[in-house]
Amino acid sequence: MDIGVIAYGAYLPKARLQRSEIARTHAWVAPGLKGLAKGERTTANWDEDAVTMAVEAVRDALAGQDAAAVSGVWMASTTFPFLDRQNAGIVADALALPVGLLTLDVASSQRAGTSALSAALRAAPGFGGPLVVVASERSKTKAASTLEMTRGDGAAALVVGQGDDVIARLIGQHTQAVDFVDHFRGEGHEHDYTWEERWIRDEGYLKIVPQTIRDALASTGIDAAGIARFIFPVAAKKVAGQIAKAVGIPEAAVADNLQANVGEVGCAHPLLMLAGALEQARPGDRILVAGFGQGCDVLIFEVTEAIARLAPRAGLAGAMARRREETRYSRYLAFNDLLTMEYGIRAEVDKNTGLSTLYRNKGMSQSLIGGCCRACGTAQFPASRICVNPNCGAIDSQDPHRFADTPAAINSFTADRLTYTPDPPQYFGMIQFEGGGRMMADFTDIDPDADLQVGQQMKMMFRVKDYDPRRGFRRYFWKASPVAGAQSAGKGN
Amino acid sequence: MASGIKDKVAILGMGCSRFGERWMDNAEDLMVEAFVEALADAGIEKSQIEAAWLGTAIEEQHVGKSAVPASFGLRLPNIPVTRVENYCASGTEAFRGAVYAVASGACDIALAIGVEKLKDTGYGGLPQRNRGSVNDLFWANASAPGSFAQLATAYRAKHGVSAIDLKRAIAHVSVKSHANGAKNPKAHLRNIITEETVMNAQIIAEPLGLYDCCGVSDGSACAIVTTPEIAKALGKTDLITVKALQLAVSNGFEAQYNAWDGSYFATTRVAAQRAYKEAGVTRPRDQISLLEVHDCFSVTELVTMEDLFISGEGQAVKDVMDGFYDADGTIPCQIDGGLKCFGHPIGASGLRMIYEMYLQLQGRAGPRQREKEPSLCMTHNLGGMPHQNVCALSIIGRYGV
Repeated sequence: MDIGVIAYGAYLPKARLQRSEIARTHAWVAPGLKGLAKGERTTANWDEDAVTMAVEAVRDALAGQDAAAVSGVWMASTTFPFLDRQNAGIVADALALPVGLLTLDVASSQRAGTSALSAALRAAPGFGGPLVVVASERSKTKAASTLEMTRGDGAAALVVGQGDDVIARLIGQHTQAVDFVDHFRGEGHEHDYTWEERWIRDEGYLKIVPQTIRDALASTGIDAAGIARFIFPVAAKKVAGQIAKAVGIPEAAVADNLQANVGEVGCAHPLLMLAGALEQARPGDRILVAGFGQGCDVLIFEVTEAIARLAPRAGLAGAMARRREETRYSRYLAFNDLLTMEYGIRAEVDKNTGLSTLYRNKGMSQSLIGGCCRACGTAQFPASRICVNPNCGAIDSQDPHRFADTPAAINSFTADRLTYTPDPPQYFGMIQFEGGGRMMADFTDIDPDADLQVGQQMKMMFRVKDYDPRRGFRRYFWKASPVAGAQSAGKGN
Repeated sequence: MASGIKDKVAILGMGCSRFGERWMDNAEDLMVEAFVEALADAGIEKSQIEAAWLGTAIEEQHVGKSAVPASFGLRLPNIPVTRVENYCASGTEAFRGAVYAVASGACDIALAIGVEKLKDTGYGGLPQRNRGSVNDLFWANASAPGSFAQLATAYRAKHGVSAIDLKRAIAHVSVKSHANGAKNPKAHLRNIITEETVMNAQIIAEPLGLYDCCGVSDGSACAIVTTPEIAKALGKTDLITVKALQLAVSNGFEAQYNAWDGSYFATTRVAAQRAYKEAGVTRPRDQISLLEVHDCFSVTELVTMEDLFISGEGQAVKDVMDGFYDADGTIPCQIDGGLKCFGHPIGASGLRMIYEMYLQLQGRAGPRQREKEPSLCMTHNLGGMPHQNVCALSIIGRYGV
């Protein structure tokens, strides 16, 4: 039975920071950045982190899939928001997956994404249902660093397992573990420390990767010339082409590393590029993915006929199309704790979360589960002991009802410049779910030139609601975001 | 069947401190200022007060919890004192406690006092604060102006009003209140403003600008109530009595059910119908003489005109622009300047509204006195947000009229 990828998903934050703005700001201190000042990079909103982006990527990957059948959620990142609280568990909770899961965090290397994928493919036959492998990064880079120019934020997810629905069959894989320290981030440090680029290229990329690929090809008898797509995720120019040439992969097979519009999304990047390759692949195509970081993972897939049956999804193309040009570099600095901002007295409110309160109510807050009354059919949020319908009032009559994937429309809204938010103004309003249920909801990803109207179609997204910097906690909730291209159905003028 | 409160309780005396930024005064100073005036107005001794209610909302910011601050501050003789809190309607709640106590026969003379000391918070506007550990998990990140600004988009969508027409109408609401407040020596804000000032002011929460928001003030107001019989026995004539006292509280209908469109206050409509019935009012637009409403924001006042059934549905913009609610209009609204200019020390506001109506009915309102003799005067004290709130209404008037 085939083992491989069953579905893929991708998520990129909407803002695309223009690299020219970074270079312009730092021209006095780092004129060399000008050489990298082309194009744009993705940058997370203030309320996004590796967990929230992972949730969106997994939602995309699970489009048309039976989420209840999932046996595990494995999350890879080097920028987990929690060091001791399982991040994959938050992702699974946000998706309201059943608790009989193996959730797992894979960390500490740029190879974490491909290693998690490799391990999941090896483990898949031991599970009753498919595994979700998601890699997500919200990189922290120093201002005026090369990494600030070349990194991006985002997430990619793959559903892996066995059976007739496999769209990309694993036909070979090989791994080398080499403690080659091109960069590192030690305990208590926020940013990477990096060694010389030429050494990394010559002794790292161009020696470790070709050898691992050769070994992978040799052990499986696969011909390098037959590789239709070669995925190597690093930002450095021409390196992927040099590796391809060295191992005999056709030049035309080298995949674009997404530097022009995304940036390198850390350990998620090989999975993101794989999602991009799969959305363009035809049955029979062979895709070779290499992940680099203290060694190298190589995975070789062959696309199957099942890819034609895959349900529509945003994928990488959809994630790239959901885009807003960002030229406000100081906003990026503020969102990434690179500027000490004056947010006023309203920012001083203590955001301690009662952990017992959260646990008791996490179905509501993390899974966006409300209730639907068996007596009158009224969907309502949050769920309550007594039905809100004034003509019903039935007691203990509500079944769990999840609103996360239900479209909604704006009833009323404002742009609030008084309340504290890292990204003023705070847009929020009453949204009405299709089929019933409503909530006064925070909005997110509102463009500066947005023309919101009553009736605007909205979708729910999993985001950070509040940070508690004093204790290092953050609480998550769902926010409403405009559906791109959706027309207002309201009668406002 | 309940017979209602009409004419069962008379106001014996009232007092109100100057509202404003009382930087050098404690809550105690404000309460004593209002209390001394009320006691003199009532013409009684403190020892004749048998029970008291204290209305204060954001207790963490000034006096702390319980009714002890009122009992200490006024040196009340160990009588029952109860603290009530019901958002911004706390002042009317204190009044309701005192009025009901007298009406029940539990005591002859009762005191209601409200106070708020907001200018020690360090905030312009109401302080940002947590909403309870469960609510903090899912409530929107909303300021007070942000919550009330929701009315504007919903009202416009429902009635097909353009953004500029609504903005101009709510600007007129504020201009009118400033004109009135300028004549009130106890008012926090006494400057006359123009429509252009309102229209061009810094935006606080779309479409509400700085001048669409009420003042945040320190202040206190109080009432001493008794039965009409005792009032007469104490030598009072031309009694002012309570005609209606109603409270309606949201139950989730607006916030969680699917029927409310966000353009009006569901509670105000319920409370208004009950209040008119209790007072025997059948044609409010013809029978109500004066209005003091909870104009925390200009748009709140505008939609409230419809919720009190004074303006017809969708007609408030026209009535406002026609000057119907101006000091020289058909039914003046906020003849004392309202929350907008008199100020809004939360726990005191409901009592401040009743204080003004009481003065107007007695012809004691000075330069702002309504020439045409008022008969029935209504107050509307709202706490919370449009989608979940408490609405407290009172109607007062001459005894037996």
